[in-house]
Amino acid sequence: MLDLIKWFFATPIGYLVLVLLESLAILVPLLIGVAMLTYVERKVLAAIQLRKGPNVVGPFGLLQPFADAIKMMMKEVVIPTGANRFLFLLAPLLTFTLAMMAWAVMPVGAGWVVADINVGLLYLFAISSLGVYGIVIAGWSSNSKYPLLGALRSAAQMVSYEVSMGFVLVCVLLCVGSLNLSDIVRAQEHLWFFIPLLPMFVVFVISALAETNRAPFDLPEGESEIVAGFMVEYSSMPFGLFFLGEYANMFLMSGLITTLFLGGWLGPFGLWPALGPLWFFLKLCLCLFWFLWARATFPRFRYDQLMRLGWKVFLPLSLVWLVVTATALMVFGWLPNA
Amino acid sequence: MAFIDRTVRSLLLTELLRGMALTFGFMFRPKATINYPYEKGPLSPRFKGEHALRRYPNGEERCIACKLCEATCPAQAITIEAEPRADGSRRTTRYDIDMTKCIYCGLCEEACPVDAIVEGPNFEFATETREELMYDKAKLLSNGDRWEAEIARRLEMDAPYR
Repeated sequence: MLDLIKWFFATPIGYLVLVLLESLAILVPLLIGVAMLTYVERKVLAAIQLRKGPNVVGPFGLLQPFADAIKMMMKEVVIPTGANRFLFLLAPLLTFTLAMMAWAVMPVGAGWVVADINVGLLYLFAISSLGVYGIVIAGWSSNSKYPLLGALRSAAQMVSYEVSMGFVLVCVLLCVGSLNLSDIVRAQEHLWFFIPLLPMFVVFVISALAETNRAPFDLPEGESEIVAGFMVEYSSMPFGLFFLGEYANMFLMSGLITTLFLGGWLGPFGLWPALGPLWFFLKLCLCLFWFLWARATFPRFRYDQLMRLGWKVFLPLSLVWLVVTATALMVFGWLPNA
Repeated sequence: MAFIDRTVRSLLLTELLRGMALTFGFMFRPKATINYPYEKGPLSPRFKGEHALRRYPNGEERCIACKLCEATCPAQAITIEAEPRADGSRRTTRYDIDMTKCIYCGLCEEACPVDAIVEGPNFEFATETREELMYDKAKLLSNGDRWEAEIARRLEMDAPYR
């Protein structure tokens, strides 16, 4: 029986089935996680603001996200007359799909990865850069003022912060000598990278907020200035997809922080290596909590402050640290694969 | 020196971290939320809610149709008509309050010489139609019967301050 299964998965069709099953195994928990994150966010914000948060639907309000989802799907899809219908509906799909696609290369445990490709980090960076398109297309195809302004802001913001994030990634690459995410985690066996690369860790963690358009960098949807930014004209499920996409992006960024700096599936001090995926999950939750915590604490940046932070603080800082890292690796002969 | 001080402080994010510590601490404080329909906030004995016409312990209605409340009502929400009863005492034949006009100022309560009209502790008297908010004498008296215990307690609690 076991031989038969092995033989089936070796055939081309079996391989396809296997990949599909693997994708489902990562997508289903991810989608449930995204739904629960909307609930946890409301609970955390409520706790910090001395409120109780959702507590009526189901035990402790745990079914709230599902009630919200049903409500969202029941609503009418409004498409503005002047909008480009195809692009208007494509944009949320794009945002959501890209956030999901990126998980293909994320190692959840030792060997627990759908596509263990050796350009994993490059792939991740390409996918997260493509995320801008969803937003720009949404802003343009709505054929309306606020969405366009919001989209422009968002594009400028994401591109600015991607530059410094890129340099942070290069720092990590220098230390690992591989673009494969599993290799990056294995390289942290003795020391998680957030200790030697602490300034870069801080830059990355803050840039992650800007990259996902989360508070205090949520200017693209700054409701006090441009209503809801690129989401103004969206309703019902297209809006729902943007909403889910934002939370899926938070998961993605948390996964990235976990993998690059917090040692992925490795336990602290090498504790219980068998619990790999659980360690990964715990670290993921920690990073996600940081997103919510920052949102509850900090007021929104002004747009020029945001740009100043991106270009005049983070970019020079990450550049300098890149040089410092490279020099240290050369001088002390710590270069991997040397 | 001030420049170095400022730069170090902003680079080490000390102020931001202090802010985050503060919000983290707030997570464990008791919640301010009152789970409304199941829990209710405290009400002052002077709370001005739904009106009620009170009776004496022997069942006789207190109102003597002096019309002071009608005269003092700034929203002109009260309408009273009166004529002598068979036993010769002066009583109202009609005592209406338009609750949609009432501004809950409590002047009727203040004006009443016999503590007949009072604003009780009840504030949950929403209705489905506008007409139901045109209270007549029967409604006000039934309110009085329903809330008498509570109203008497509140009047007693507030008496020292009057």
